Amino acid sequence: MTDYRMHILICGGTGCKASESSDIKEKLNYFLNEYDLEDEIQVVLTGCFGFCEKGPIVKILPDNTFYIEVKPSDAEDIVKEHIIKGRPVHRLLYKNPKNDFKVTSATNIDFYKKQIRIALRNCGFINPENIEEYIGRDGYQALGKCLTELTRTQVINEVKESGLRGRGGGGFPTGLKWEITRNVEADQKYVVCNADEGDPGAFMDRSILEGDPHSVIEAMAICGYCIGSDSGLVYIRAEYPLAIERLKTAIKQAEEYGLLGEDILGTGFNFKIELRYGAGAFVCGEETALIHSMEGLRGEPTVKPPFPSVSGYRGKPTNVNNVETFANIPVIINKGASWFNKIGTEKSKGTKVFALAGKINNVGLIEVPMGTTLREVIYDIGGGIKDGKGFKSVQTGGPSGGCLTKKFLDTPIDYENLIAAGSMMGSGGMIVMDEDDCMVSIAKFYLEFTLEESCGKCSPCRIGNKRLHEILCKITEGKGELEDIDRLKMLSDVIKDTSLCGLGQSSPNPVLSTILNFEDEYLAHVNDGKCPAGQCKSLMRYDIIEELCTGCTLCFRNCPVGAITGERRVPHYIDQSICIKCGVCFEKCKFNAITLT
Amino acid sequence: MEVVNLIVDNKPVVVKKGTTILQAASEIGIHIPTLCYMKLDDLNIENKPGGCRICVVEVQGRRNLAPACCTDVAEGMIINTHSIRAINARRTVMELILSDHPSDCLICAKSGNCDLQDMAHNLGIRKIHYQGEQSHYREDTSPAIIREVDKCIMCRRCEMMCNDVQTVNVLSAINRGFNSVVAPAFEMNLDHSVCTYCGQCVAVCPTGALTEVDDTGNVIRLLSDPTKTVIVQTAPAVRAALGEEFDMEAGTLVTGKLVAALRRLGFDYVFDTDFAADLTIMEEGTELLNRLGRHLAGDKTVKLPILTSCCPAWVKFFEHQFPDMKDIPSTARSPQQMFGSIAKTYFADKLGIKREDLVVVSIMPCVAKKYECGRDEFKVNKNPDVDYAITTRELAALIKISNINFRTLPNEEFDNPLGESTGAGVIFGTTGGVIEAAVRTAYELHTKKELPRLDFDELRGMEGIRKATIDFGGIPIHIGIAHGLGNARKLLEEIQAGKSEFHAIEIMSCPGGCIGGGGQPYHHGNAEILKKRQKAIYLEDSKKAIRKSHENPYIIKLYDEFLGKPMSEKAHHLLHTAYFDRTE
Repeated sequence: MTDYRMHILICGGTGCKASESSDIKEKLNYFLNEYDLEDEIQVVLTGCFGFCEKGPIVKILPDNTFYIEVKPSDAEDIVKEHIIKGRPVHRLLYKNPKNDFKVTSATNIDFYKKQIRIALRNCGFINPENIEEYIGRDGYQALGKCLTELTRTQVINEVKESGLRGRGGGGFPTGLKWEITRNVEADQKYVVCNADEGDPGAFMDRSILEGDPHSVIEAMAICGYCIGSDSGLVYIRAEYPLAIERLKTAIKQAEEYGLLGEDILGTGFNFKIELRYGAGAFVCGEETALIHSMEGLRGEPTVKPPFPSVSGYRGKPTNVNNVETFANIPVIINKGASWFNKIGTEKSKGTKVFALAGKINNVGLIEVPMGTTLREVIYDIGGGIKDGKGFKSVQTGGPSGGCLTKKFLDTPIDYENLIAAGSMMGSGGMIVMDEDDCMVSIAKFYLEFTLEESCGKCSPCRIGNKRLHEILCKITEGKGELEDIDRLKMLSDVIKDTSLCGLGQSSPNPVLSTILNFEDEYLAHVNDGKCPAGQCKSLMRYDIIEELCTGCTLCFRNCPVGAITGERRVPHYIDQSICIKCGVCFEKCKFNAITLT
Repeated sequence: MEVVNLIVDNKPVVVKKGTTILQAASEIGIHIPTLCYMKLDDLNIENKPGGCRICVVEVQGRRNLAPACCTDVAEGMIINTHSIRAINARRTVMELILSDHPSDCLICAKSGNCDLQDMAHNLGIRKIHYQGEQSHYREDTSPAIIREVDKCIMCRRCEMMCNDVQTVNVLSAINRGFNSVVAPAFEMNLDHSVCTYCGQCVAVCPTGALTEVDDTGNVIRLLSDPTKTVIVQTAPAVRAALGEEFDMEAGTLVTGKLVAALRRLGFDYVFDTDFAADLTIMEEGTELLNRLGRHLAGDKTVKLPILTSCCPAWVKFFEHQFPDMKDIPSTARSPQQMFGSIAKTYFADKLGIKREDLVVVSIMPCVAKKYECGRDEFKVNKNPDVDYAITTRELAALIKISNINFRTLPNEEFDNPLGESTGAGVIFGTTGGVIEAAVRTAYELHTKKELPRLDFDELRGMEGIRKATIDFGGIPIHIGIAHGLGNARKLLEEIQAGKSEFHAIEIMSCPGGCIGGGGQPYHHGNAEILKKRQKAIYLEDSKKAIRKSHENPYIIKLYDEFLGKPMSEKAHHLLHTAYFDRTE
């Protein structure tokens, strides 16, 4: 990066690419050419900056100016104003919602202030398609150190000492897993990277692979060195075309640089990486299901033990780690376990990446130290609840996590605390709900997901989740009985207790946690036939207030199902047996003559 | 031996390391209920997907319940198989399974023989607390097997049989979640798949999801038709298993009662497929000696090893999977079809009736025989040589429908001329039997000497693949035996690779041979039953006055009066067949 006076970094993550970030790059290059600046200024398409709410993001280095919601048509101003005249384009700067002041530098944006970026260290900084930029930021230094200075045991001990635990959801100590796999005697072993990210709304792994693929490649090679494997496989969903493309490019470059392949760095260590594509089944994130899918079999879990560390891919010892787990490894080796384990809480070290979504101002990808509270994440980083509404709940751990209430807002986030609170870490999905969200419907939504994604192998998950969902439907339709709540609890307990894999063992969590924390909402549905959040259509009715209705016929003309009758200038009437509760009349009425109860 | 100490239901038990909780409990007489789990000892067949979750038990210190069938014991484990938590979970899981299962037990083909029904009863299920939508799938009827998929409980036994044991790979789990079910790819019909109709899926299905096509109604109708002469043939393995359907000990030979029952059902002549088995040996044995003779004379074009061709599932298997080898198996038709062909020519002539007025019914341990008798090459002017093949189970149903008290029936003899058979014909019913029968005849025809012994123990047993070398008067003849199509595949691949050492190979599709056929009384996972049936078959052989096919007087007469000699033109026309490439 040394030859250029300035760099313009543009987010090339999937989200920003969908918002024409490639066009922005093209336009910027066009104008730089116009003004003969192409040799002075370099435009780089990077990985995700995380602040997806305000994408596409453009960042100028070295002054760290942070532009948001940039359009291709803004390219000319950026070049003419910022690059040539040296003054920021004010309309593209982030406005601090607290005081309406424009913020120039990324480091002063609240969204980034409390973040510590380890796994995401290079995302948004380097061109992921250029290995030299990765190398320029200490890339492959850790691999070199491992191969030339450290024994396998030393590396494993370093990882163990760092306290790093699996970021895919299980939280199993990474170093210990490596050690177990290393200790199994076999003629062939495998390193597998689990990139089958499946939680709704989560994109931690995708962003790392899109923004910094080499960090994962380097870590896999280190793992291969430690466990005694020369073969790595990345199991990645086929729906991640950009990540696949960048990973392929990165593997090819690493091979060209002698950092993958035969006799790496002249040490005699061989390691190659291949890709295996998943078809998007959520359950294939479970490691045994993942391995079966890689083998060409139906993606369904098998009983453990045997664990993959002992008998995995093709019956050989296989070390499976998640993308984010791997992304931490090079840093741990470079900076040392003692640096890493100072971050975080007693039992959960380092940072965690979360995909922040839902009714929150700053939707995006964040990385915070373990021990950060939910309040800090939601209010300081996330900027609070959208539209000034009240916070109701936050759901962590993906579809099988739990919904936590206000009283858990000051809970420091780590593996143990989230489980104690009735949820779990999961792979890093975090969805915020406001006062308008019906918690029964939320439970139903998550169950719909697990129902679809269950592999169907074991009876409690296959049939039990279906029955849970049916009971929830009954309740949201106003047909629930008091006993249904007990039946939900009892059935949930059995499903958790008897299901074969983690999916079924946790799928009732949203049901149990919403009953635990929002029982009054369930009771309102069942006893009073009311949905307090006003979300359950079957429990709502639109009525016309005779006194206020002028008989303008606007509602009559707009009702899609002909549920409204009435003569001109005479109050109208809604036939409840026909009404589908679409709310069009309510929106159209100019006289506030329609009520929703 | 490394051992593990544990406590099951307050009883200490010491078992070998690697034992499952299920086995450990069973060693001290505690029977944890299982549903999807199935193991056939000595046959190397085990199904333990850990899917049904009925066998869950409480293990002290463990977060969730453990499936006993697939959890290995560990030192110091304290297990409670009947804690309230385990019982409640087990019953709830059962209720869930039943909530997605049709409750038409009263009219289900498996009623009384259904593992699911038994389990519901044993767990004392009286009410289903979690009712809801049930899954619905298209019913699939093929020439031999009916798939009533609504009744599938995803135990995966059929899948294991079809894929792991038979390597046919037709059945597998498809769809996801609540819609998951075991079916052919894309839910196509079995008829359009490479299914061999071996019926091993039917043999292990714990519910009524997989059953044979029911032909009992057709047989009853024909038996009451005064214009038809209805004759019956009964396969060797049937007599060693039918008794089980009438609560008799497995392995009880019921040949005489079987004949008596068939006569009471109204069949005009009761014949024996064993007769046709003897005929098969004459043809197949001659073919073997021909090929062998040419081979020994240095003919490089001769195809060896020769493969037996009695088993219709096996025939369909190689037509689909190894069409390039379709000229290797013997061209001899199966005993069922030889019988039909002779009955509708030789015997119809003797009776002086047209073939259309003669109905041939066969009683088979097999469901593939239903498919075989419908093959076009076994029809003359669209009239099949064998009209209906019914299974051992269907025969039992017919006997029950007809108010015949099977256990008190007297022993009766088969009719002639197609009822006389030798011990060689009887042993066709078990793995190793066809080749042993062939050896008895081929040896004597080749060496012109009498065999010093008739029991070839080296050809007997339950091993999936067996090998033996028999001395044919100075010439060592290498013989291979495979039962189960997966084992057959291994031998075929050897032949394909040019590495086969054998002169002759016997192949039977079903584990154990016909005694373990898809149409036999259900074994419910008890391999002892198969072994007892096998023993019975060899017992029947040992009691026969004549034990070599070429000494069967009615076979000699048949050649004298009608066929000429083995492999004659007439024999070729009536008793041999051709195979087809089914990959197109």
